[in-house]
Amino acid sequence: MHRYEKIWLTVSSVLIIGFTLIVGYQAFAMDLGPPSDMETIDPQKVDSTAPFDEPGITQIGDKEYEVVMTLQAFSFTPRDLEFPEGSTVHFIMTSKDVVHGMQIAGTNFNAMITPGHVTRMTQTFDEAGDFLVICNEFCGTGHEMMSTEINIR
Amino acid sequence: MTNQQTIEGIPQTEKGHVKDRLKKFMGVQRKDATLAKAYMIVSFVSLLLGALLGLVQGLNRAGLFELPYWFNYYQVLTSHGLLLVLIFTSFFMIGYFYAGISNTLDGLSNGVRKLGWSAFWTKIAGALLAVSQVLIGEATVLYTFYPPMAASVWFYLGLTLIVLGIWQSCFGVFISAAKWRKANKGQRLPILAFFAVGGFVLLFFSSLFVAAEVLFMIIPWTLGWVETINVMVARTLFWAFGHTLVNIWYLTAVSAWYVITPKIIDGPRFSDTLTRVVVVLLVVLNIPGGFHHQIVDPGISEPIKYMHVYMSLVIGFPSLMTAYAMFYIFEKSGRKKGAKGLFGWFKKLPWKDARFLALFIAMASFIVGGAGGIAQTMHQLNQVVHNSLWVVGHFHVTLGMTAAMTFFGVSYWLIPHISGRQLTPKMNRFAWWTTIVWAIGISIMSLVMHYVGLLGAPRRTAFTEYMGNATASSWDPYLLLIAGGATIMTIGIIMQVYTVFHLMFRAPKGEEEFPIGEAEEGNAIKLPYWTERWSVWILLMWATIAMAYVVPLVEMMINGAPGSPPQRTW
Repeated sequence: MHRYEKIWLTVSSVLIIGFTLIVGYQAFAMDLGPPSDMETIDPQKVDSTAPFDEPGITQIGDKEYEVVMTLQAFSFTPRDLEFPEGSTVHFIMTSKDVVHGMQIAGTNFNAMITPGHVTRMTQTFDEAGDFLVICNEFCGTGHEMMSTEINIR
Repeated sequence: MTNQQTIEGIPQTEKGHVKDRLKKFMGVQRKDATLAKAYMIVSFVSLLLGALLGLVQGLNRAGLFELPYWFNYYQVLTSHGLLLVLIFTSFFMIGYFYAGISNTLDGLSNGVRKLGWSAFWTKIAGALLAVSQVLIGEATVLYTFYPPMAASVWFYLGLTLIVLGIWQSCFGVFISAAKWRKANKGQRLPILAFFAVGGFVLLFFSSLFVAAEVLFMIIPWTLGWVETINVMVARTLFWAFGHTLVNIWYLTAVSAWYVITPKIIDGPRFSDTLTRVVVVLLVVLNIPGGFHHQIVDPGISEPIKYMHVYMSLVIGFPSLMTAYAMFYIFEKSGRKKGAKGLFGWFKKLPWKDARFLALFIAMASFIVGGAGGIAQTMHQLNQVVHNSLWVVGHFHVTLGMTAAMTFFGVSYWLIPHISGRQLTPKMNRFAWWTTIVWAIGISIMSLVMHYVGLLGAPRRTAFTEYMGNATASSWDPYLLLIAGGATIMTIGIIMQVYTVFHLMFRAPKGEEEFPIGEAEEGNAIKLPYWTERWSVWILLMWATIAMAYVVPLVEMMINGAPGSPPQRTW
């Protein structure tokens, strides 16, 4: 093998191993892994299973909230959420029908809401504004209407 | 044909040789060429249809064009995906590799040719069945058809027929290769046929996963034989196929880079052994790559996802080797033509040759596409771009530029080759401009998609103002740019399809070469045979698949979520 070839192969290996190590450090040491909840739920009985029998917002601390949310074609329940600036919000979500997505535009909040599974994610809103919340997985003919807002005051 | 005139006046000894070649061309290989032509016609017709649907989406999304209720955005999108992802690419791949096998393995046998035709008609029937269901509004489920959305059972039967056709085409390749090996004991399979075997091995084994999803899960469920479906298992089986499929087109494109480019630029091929190593690595490592489509899915634990970050990243390794190989052959060819200095070779490349330019832009765009792919395999970056227009930009760079532009570059010599015609200098110029127009259009569209996706604009979404939200309206200028790029692309596609049909039916008759580069090592040295042990590579491939899939799939089945009944939300 040519010397340049060896250098290039070494650089390639270092790149791949380096990326792997960085992602591992971020995921396990800094707790920045993607949402990977293992909790399941019967998708046909969401309405009668706690906590989704009572979707809504609960204040659980100083500027700390818990939102129990169901997603269904083509809406979020509850919708039009409002929190004070600097709030930390814990979302607990599931789907009542097909696969949905939930994304808060302008943040890194991006999750798949799959029927049968519960997804938990936490987001801190440090700045005031009207955040757009959209379903970003195709869920039917009204998919483009499935949106709401989170207003931070 | 001017065969008679060509033979007259040639010395007796050469006459026999020419007669042989003519016989080959008029007889067996002529029949093979007809088969390849049929595949190319379907491929480029579906490219035209798919591209027009793409334009409709671009215009609709920017708010410039309203779609009727009986053919809504999602029906357009489903058809666009099916035509371009399943039909255009696979028909091109089969036509190209069958022509390549006919050329390098002394013609297709009668049995294999029949298999090729049977595959052709099975796939056509499947495609018509599947697309008809989309058109009548019974299958608005996009080409990923994620359960629990349930289309009509005919849609899935159409997909099944497509897969059956794919299997037949795979067997045709395997039989041809086995036959040749038996007749040429101890010799390496000619390089283009080696690539074909790699591509079809991947196609065969990855399609087993989607066949399992459709046959054992979805069809019994849509027929009501079982009440519910395991959504996560279905998604996982789909992506084991879905992502591999894109890598199969990439492998098809790469075969032209390694084998065809050297001949066109008058340089040597890259090391024959290392080329084969690249193919083998792509085959062995590929199928687990689908998992990174599920990085933000629930129901898969973090350690499993982390293992898959590595298993997806490592597929980049053979591609990094390819990057080296391409610059290597460029430099070799340039220096052979007297290039001086560190970068002098760059000027010596045949820039005016459309066959080269299309391939070069395809390779260059893979630097962007490959980097984007690496970004998506990583947890946090994936979470930022997941399901946004960024992803759409990414696969238009990789499929629309890297794969499709290579296919265009190949069509400029393959179509006249199988049609007994020539690429004239005038058509070469036209093809050159086609390449430029297409490259400009798709670059604008894809780069803007990447950017607006980062801002949060979602993929797979019809025109919407999200109730006048300010963030959503800030995306509007970018959506207009995307529509502009799509318009330029459409002009490029019309030019390309015109080129293909001109070269097939109108160009002057003659012989166009099937350009296959010479091995750098030459034919003098006997090369080691270990690269040809396909049974070993397939075994290693299954070991990789087992490592990737056994634990998460068992977890999804044993501790999986209660199933979902069929849903129709369109």
